[in-house]
Amino acid sequence: MGRQRMELYIHIPFCVKKCRYCDFLSFPADESSQEAYVKALRKELAFYGEQYPQRELSTIYIGGGTPSWLTERQMASILEQVYHSFSVDSGAEISIECNPGTITDHKFSVYRKSGINRLSIGLQSANNEELKLLGRIHTYEQFLKTYEMARGHGFSNINIDLMNSLPRQTRETMEASLQKVLRLKPEHISAYSLMIEKGTPFYEEYKFDSVKQQAGMETEILPDEEEVCRITKGTEQILKEAGYDHYEVSNFARPGYACRHNIGYWKREDYLGTGLGAASLIENIRYTNTREFYAYLEEADRLCAGVWRREEEGTVTELPATNLHASVEAVGRKGQIEETMFLGLRMTEGIYRKEFEQTFGVSVESVYGSVLDRLQKEGFLEKREGRIYLTEKGRDLSNYVLAQFLW
Amino acid sequence: MSIDQSKIRNFCIIAHIDHGKSTLADRIIERTGTLTSREMQAQVLDNMDLERERGITIKSQAVRIIYPAKDGNEYIFNLIDTPGHVDFNYEVSRSLAACDGAILVVDAAQGVEAQTLANVYLALDHDLDVMPVINKIDLPSAQPEAVIQEIEDVIGLPASDAPRISAKTGLNIEEVLEQIVEKIPAPTGDPEAPLKALIFDALYDSYKGVIVFCRIKEGTVKVGDSILMMATKAKSDVTEVGYFGAGQFIPCEELSAGMVGYICAGIKNVRDTRVGDTVTNAMRPCEKPLPGYKKVNSMVYCGMYPADSAKYPDLRDALEKLQINDAALQYEPETSLALGFGFRCGFLGLLHLEIIQERLEREFHLDLVTTAPGVIYKVHKTNGEVIDLTNPSNLPDPSEIDYMEEPVVSAEIMVTSDYVGSIMTLCQERRGVYISLEYLEETRALIKYELPLNEIIYDFFDALKSRSRGYASFDYELKGYERSELVKLDILINREQVDALSFIVFKDSAYERGRKMCEKLKEEIPRHLFEIPIQAAVGGKVIARETVKAMRKDVLAKCYGGDITRKRKLLEKQKEGKKRMRQVGSVEIPQEAFMSVLKLDED
Repeated sequence: MGRQRMELYIHIPFCVKKCRYCDFLSFPADESSQEAYVKALRKELAFYGEQYPQRELSTIYIGGGTPSWLTERQMASILEQVYHSFSVDSGAEISIECNPGTITDHKFSVYRKSGINRLSIGLQSANNEELKLLGRIHTYEQFLKTYEMARGHGFSNINIDLMNSLPRQTRETMEASLQKVLRLKPEHISAYSLMIEKGTPFYEEYKFDSVKQQAGMETEILPDEEEVCRITKGTEQILKEAGYDHYEVSNFARPGYACRHNIGYWKREDYLGTGLGAASLIENIRYTNTREFYAYLEEADRLCAGVWRREEEGTVTELPATNLHASVEAVGRKGQIEETMFLGLRMTEGIYRKEFEQTFGVSVESVYGSVLDRLQKEGFLEKREGRIYLTEKGRDLSNYVLAQFLW
Repeated sequence: MSIDQSKIRNFCIIAHIDHGKSTLADRIIERTGTLTSREMQAQVLDNMDLERERGITIKSQAVRIIYPAKDGNEYIFNLIDTPGHVDFNYEVSRSLAACDGAILVVDAAQGVEAQTLANVYLALDHDLDVMPVINKIDLPSAQPEAVIQEIEDVIGLPASDAPRISAKTGLNIEEVLEQIVEKIPAPTGDPEAPLKALIFDALYDSYKGVIVFCRIKEGTVKVGDSILMMATKAKSDVTEVGYFGAGQFIPCEELSAGMVGYICAGIKNVRDTRVGDTVTNAMRPCEKPLPGYKKVNSMVYCGMYPADSAKYPDLRDALEKLQINDAALQYEPETSLALGFGFRCGFLGLLHLEIIQERLEREFHLDLVTTAPGVIYKVHKTNGEVIDLTNPSNLPDPSEIDYMEEPVVSAEIMVTSDYVGSIMTLCQERRGVYISLEYLEETRALIKYELPLNEIIYDFFDALKSRSRGYASFDYELKGYERSELVKLDILINREQVDALSFIVFKDSAYERGRKMCEKLKEEIPRHLFEIPIQAAVGGKVIARETVKAMRKDVLAKCYGGDITRKRKLLEKQKEGKKRMRQVGSVEIPQEAFMSVLKLDED
């Protein structure tokens, strides 16, 4: 009997400069803040290593912000801490997000030595004008250098992040950008649609256009809904023709290169999130770390296990937690079933009937019979070969479809 | 303790809307020390939240105050506040019946307005002595002398010694108080005669039962008396009598002829109390009831439905409770295919409708769906039968209809001469028939038109205000019914007729209205996963069409790492949004859409 598996996420909240569309938890910071953060992060890793001695890490994902902005010494020390505190599966997928403009030759060689075997490079667009508009700090040429450097160091599993539905983008400009990237033959491509999020400069600039886009009206600068459809359909088609498998809403991979770490999220594997604002799922409890930078530094310094108490309508629930947590929530059976559906159906292969039955002791039909029938009749969903999965139409309108699985 | 009748003054304040009636009432209450300044809140008498917010008086309110006059005597003032809007004329006439005199407040800058006249005539109808007061003399544009001249010329009231005041600053309020003593007559009536009291308002209290507001015309009433409501024949024993402090009820031993106060008699059934009825002593009844009020007729009807159909009984209870002190509100149950069980409610006007709607929502916490308001049409059937049509869905088949009639009002619009042209254009557009144009003075004209009521119930008032920059005032009364070419406009959503959206419209306007209605509904109905045709039809023939395009894309592509909670919240929000919708066939229609017809003339 093997050890219980767990995924590890490490959040690095720093970036050289905030991009204009970004609402992630990231910000520019000086060297001493970064140093203090790495120190706190290592304490957190050491602490959880002791908490979960029986666990084995199946994947590690270092995300941000821009993790590659940290010095090679800092990154090496983080990974050293991981190896020191946890047992890591010898075949573990270990990814790091890097942004062009923060990478050096030496960094890559340190990454290799530290066991990192997958890179996720934030390109977003192969069009320099679009890069400028997005507020990125690099050009396509700089990206190309980084990419070639990575290949030179022997990285054989590389993801390129792309964004579509950008201001003024059309299917044609998207295609030009995508073809450029395809020539590089990355193993994996993430193609997200731009979302206009509150609190970003893009929101101030495009909030009205964004509403129009969602309402199916004529837009000014953002592509209208019709164009967004052409863009996303085009992306899917081009990638399919190039041999990529569309395995999740926004993710495409050549056979064998789907991101295991991400799939873990959709399959509700246990994962430990460390660092500022990171989220975890452990034994059906969802945790979120504090998003306050200084609180994080302070609390990490005196990290200890405790109990999260909540009183609701007279009943007291007590859950294991630590002083870094800002929210702790047990996912009950109903929540687990809902999550299994709305997360699982994000994947093209959908959910497996058998797995559902094994986990919950009842059939999917006994819980969602009428919902499934209705969605199937409406052409959003297909049931075949022991799987339940969304049709193309269902994927286009996944918000509607997935919402049906909430009680 | 008996109170000398000659020391009582029962009066009300009447005015055009916004001329400062409620502010003057506040000032009088403040000066006579009824409230400490700590308790003083702007517009003391307007104790409904709604009234304070809108700055208008809807319900009549009464308060008793003590005034030590310069002649060395203490006087009891019973002040009754009255609404100013034309919709609430009915309330005004009720309060007037409880008074012996009226203070007429006229704005020193605006002078005599349509409602000033209407209210004065109402007061004179009730044999009240009217005492003019010129308000807002602190305004830079105030012209008190010109306004006094106007009152004398237009109304024919002596006004030369009218107090010139500013209710806002409190200037010359003293003079008003003294003139009340001098000019408003003391009540008459024999305290020893059999009890005869006029109910001018009532209110339901869950502890005390119905609280009856009345003016004692003859006789005396005290705790323990057995009383009889003369119209409903309901009998009960008096548990409490008292008068009105500011914002509270103050019990006293007895109420006798000339006094204004309240009676509680443990009346639980709200139907037993009818405003306008006469209360008498069951053991020693008076011979004849007081004349009471003439029954008012609702002019505007609409359907009101609980958003949550389980709340239907709550809506019925709420309407019942509102009706006891708002006799102008009428309702009867009806059902709609689209909206379920509800009520067809009748109102005096559109403002009255809005007020009731808001009171139901605020005071009774009901979430309502309201259909487009309409008027009562008379449908003459070929078999000679005549029906009063309040709900468009009940229109008989055209083959059974001989002809239809619609209500027409005589409208008087007072406007400054600059806007005469645009107001007349407006009236023409609304199918008005020109009657006369009269210049009351160089800059002011009185325009008279006959207008179909259904042309003015929606947004006529707003249109009037915007085309006259707020300078026009408007008053109307029902003239009668006239034959008209009317058709029923039906709306089909996704090829299904939605009964709650049907309305009656003048034949020649049907196309235009239908087209606008479709456009409006297209904006109101959110996109679905399929295409939704919206059609307007007359007699089965489609005359306009719009399409709500199908939703193409609705994906939450980005889901940052393991933050599942956020994703769940977004999906929950998606589901939540459906709750304020009405399902009609397979289409979700937002509740607001049922009022769309009201907004056809916007933009």
